[in-house]
Amino acid sequence: MNIIFDILQPLFVPLLSPLVLGIIKKIKAKLQNRQGAGVLQPYRDLWKLFHKDEVISQDASWIFRMAPYIIFAVTLIVGAFIPIFNLSAFTAPFGDLLTVVYLLAIGTFFLALAGIDTGSAFGGFASSREMTVSALAEGGLIFSFFILALVSGSTNLFTIADSIIVANISSLQPVILAGLGYFIVLLAESGRYPFDNPATHLELTMIHEAMILEYSGRRLALMEWAAANKLFIFMTLGANLFIPWGLMHTFSWGALAVAVAVFTLKLSAFCCAIAFIESGLAKFRFFRLPDLLIVSFILNIVAIGLIK
Amino acid sequence: MIEFIISPDGVAVLLLLFLLGAVGSALLKNNDELANYWSSFFAIAGSLWGVLFGLGSLFAARPLLFTIGAFPFSLLQFSFLIDKLAAFFIFIICLIALFCSLYGIDYVKHYYRKYSIGSLGVFYNLFIIGMLLVVTATNGLFFLLAWEIMSVASFFLVIYDRHEPENIRAGQLYLIMTHVGTAFIIAAFLLLYKFTGSFEFSLIRNGAATIPGSVKNAVFILSLVGFGTKAGIIPLHIWLPGAHPAAPSHVSGLMSGVMIKTGIYMMIRVFLDLLQPFPLWWGVVVLITGAVSSLLGVLYALTEHDIKKLLAYHSIENIGIILLGLGSVLTFLSLQLPALALLGLVASLFHTLNHATFKSLLFLSAGSVINETHTRNMEEYGGLIKSMPQTALLFLIGSMAITALPPFNGFFSEWLTFQSLFQGIATPNSEVIWIFVIAAGALVFTGGLALACFVKAFGAIFLARPRSDEAKHAGESSPFMLAGMWSLGALSLLFGVGSGYVSQALQAVGGEFAAFQNLPSPFLHTEGGWIAAGGFSSVFAPAIFLALLLALFAVVFTVNHLISRQQTIKTGPTWNCGTDLTPRMEITSTGFARSIILIFKGILKPTMQKAVEYRDGESRYLPKSRMIKLGMNDIYEKYLYEPAQAFVLKFSLYAKKVQSGLINMYILYILIALLGVLFFSL
Repeated sequence: MNIIFDILQPLFVPLLSPLVLGIIKKIKAKLQNRQGAGVLQPYRDLWKLFHKDEVISQDASWIFRMAPYIIFAVTLIVGAFIPIFNLSAFTAPFGDLLTVVYLLAIGTFFLALAGIDTGSAFGGFASSREMTVSALAEGGLIFSFFILALVSGSTNLFTIADSIIVANISSLQPVILAGLGYFIVLLAESGRYPFDNPATHLELTMIHEAMILEYSGRRLALMEWAAANKLFIFMTLGANLFIPWGLMHTFSWGALAVAVAVFTLKLSAFCCAIAFIESGLAKFRFFRLPDLLIVSFILNIVAIGLIK
Repeated sequence: MIEFIISPDGVAVLLLLFLLGAVGSALLKNNDELANYWSSFFAIAGSLWGVLFGLGSLFAARPLLFTIGAFPFSLLQFSFLIDKLAAFFIFIICLIALFCSLYGIDYVKHYYRKYSIGSLGVFYNLFIIGMLLVVTATNGLFFLLAWEIMSVASFFLVIYDRHEPENIRAGQLYLIMTHVGTAFIIAAFLLLYKFTGSFEFSLIRNGAATIPGSVKNAVFILSLVGFGTKAGIIPLHIWLPGAHPAAPSHVSGLMSGVMIKTGIYMMIRVFLDLLQPFPLWWGVVVLITGAVSSLLGVLYALTEHDIKKLLAYHSIENIGIILLGLGSVLTFLSLQLPALALLGLVASLFHTLNHATFKSLLFLSAGSVINETHTRNMEEYGGLIKSMPQTALLFLIGSMAITALPPFNGFFSEWLTFQSLFQGIATPNSEVIWIFVIAAGALVFTGGLALACFVKAFGAIFLARPRSDEAKHAGESSPFMLAGMWSLGALSLLFGVGSGYVSQALQAVGGEFAAFQNLPSPFLHTEGGWIAAGGFSSVFAPAIFLALLLALFAVVFTVNHLISRQQTIKTGPTWNCGTDLTPRMEITSTGFARSIILIFKGILKPTMQKAVEYRDGESRYLPKSRMIKLGMNDIYEKYLYEPAQAFVLKFSLYAKKVQSGLINMYILYILIALLGVLFFSL
């Protein structure tokens, strides 16, 4: 059974990520008193986009053409390197936190370059904003993982999850603070409120949607899908590192049922949180965002103080 | 063969090859073409020999120690010591010199009949000799001579393009700063001489225990300032962003890639090798210096729109990262944690090697771009990826390596640096935890900002549409230039994928120091390509590389051959809300960095001057032209260098009073001096 899980491990993220988007959109629609599209709508959108013809800007270079593939491939690898249902995946030895963070940075790098490549004013400014936000988010991101590494004595994501499960409850205070810091970074890195509006590219401080403005067809599908993967990865990391209870150690049908049920519950909670934030909060002014990101960093510094 | 290479004769051959290059170029100075080929040939031959020599000595059983000639003046001995540390630096110097010289063959052609190629060859070869002597000398006075050869030769290379007044100014500042630094170094060696009675490093090492603590501290500060000036730590960096861009690009690659590392080499040599043991605050000072240099270096890089100045500021940043590793070494050693210290040493040495490869690659590709567009201003580039595809790809590789993106080499040395800083935070000793938190925080933000900076640089240079006529008509670099750059690009990948083996070799370099000998259980494990920091974390480069390749192949294949098989691709203009699209609508490098600059305005102090000219001065309704000038306040010049200069000037005015010009006065001075000496000697 383990072997099936090993084969499936890299596929969990791309297979499940559109569903998460669908669920968030559904909850938001309900909060706005709308019926909303079904939760499977993102899959249909991707299918449709993959079968459409493409228009590529005449100014675009191979960076623009290759970026969707690179960005998507990176999310696949990161998806394979993180704990999702079971703690004994064959990729466990490679799940180092810095490796994961810097692999994701490859995606950000090519995304921002693709935004500049077509020479439109939208893409260039969006890239500038994206890099500003991600540069400042880096501190909160690495440090919140590092708090976990300090508590658990390892930077391996699988080992972290494993040892947080058995950790003494009283030693988890810093983990809670780090979790709060991480959640802020999650919103920033996956382009959600109050950092970015995922629903439109027609707003003045748009980021992600403006970078991919020139994409169409299969490349747009890959870009959208990769963004969904990234959101799913960040949610999974939040769910399985900061609240890792329920993860499966060795395969058994009972443990699997528990793992799937608990994971669903945790991700639903994340979806609800994001949907509520997006329904109840206005987007921040761009120059207010650094404050929020620095708060995330400082929460982590305080957490270090609590450990020592 | 290899026995001959790693022998005193091998060293002589190495130096002779470069010397032949220098002398021959001087003789051939009337024929530009011949001088170019002569100097390049010997530089390449010497570098190849040096690479073999370095590698051979790196794996040799015992260090090579010898002296050339016996001098009646006993303090100056031409004594060489090639231990593993020196061998490692010889390897770096010759490796980078090899590819820079290869690149130089085609690059210097645009100087033909403009400047003397012969004198370029002379100083270029002398410069490499100087660097080689610096890392092999084991006598203080001999070292200072070598240091001067290196500094003066590089000064002449900086002012080589002498028709630009800016270059002359940069060269003068470099000359002054490097000699201020040398003054500190001389003071440090004199102090060591006074307390150990010798300039020989081996005797200083043996006598180190007898040096009083306060003198040791003074030597530490003096050498940190002296070598730090060469390495370009903030705030002693002011010469660097001027001098590196002024030199020809392959020399910039050598200066930024290798020369500033000689400062790092000497810090390792003096602190770790000669002055053991030392107090805790040394390490703390180095850590803070590293944190400041890395963070401020990258912030200043973001503000630049001169491509070579941008790269020069990134050198400061990377020296900062190397110092973060070195600072953790010193701190761990004084905390009696040698196993952790070795991890930090491997991190800083590995980053030294990596920075040398990718920074020279970046300087060389920037040189190609400048060669084609005749400007260093990034605002006048744009769209060069279409006319210079290979150069663009190589710059991309350099950018990914310097921003620590896997699977390139920069990632693995930053990973190691992170591990040693993390270990510092995890130590039970509470005094230094917060210093390590600051250092790790600086490194984290440096990484993020460097990524932003290289998106800016690559985007502004190579992407979108050309913003000037020069950029429109650019062509690909010449074959030798491409050969040099491709080799460095390949090395960036190779050192990344083989990072486990590189770390293993570097661990052996560190193992040579007394502090790390007989280490019961090393913290850093490097088996079969893995790098593992204790049980704390591990990384396996080949897996990352293979996973990236496999995933990319799988995605491309699945999407293009299984899912979207029948879809067509059209090209069309970029959508621009229906207006005409001009290059002025693209984001510029200034615009790209503006939001980060405004966020950090407390440190960077950006300035903005607005000027409006009106058609009618009275009514002021219809503006004729508007001008906005954006700039930066240089806080170092304002708060450190200008006061220092004012002080020197004022002091000189007082001192001038002594100089009356009357010969009687001078005889009186001599008499007073003589009486003084007599009085003191009694």
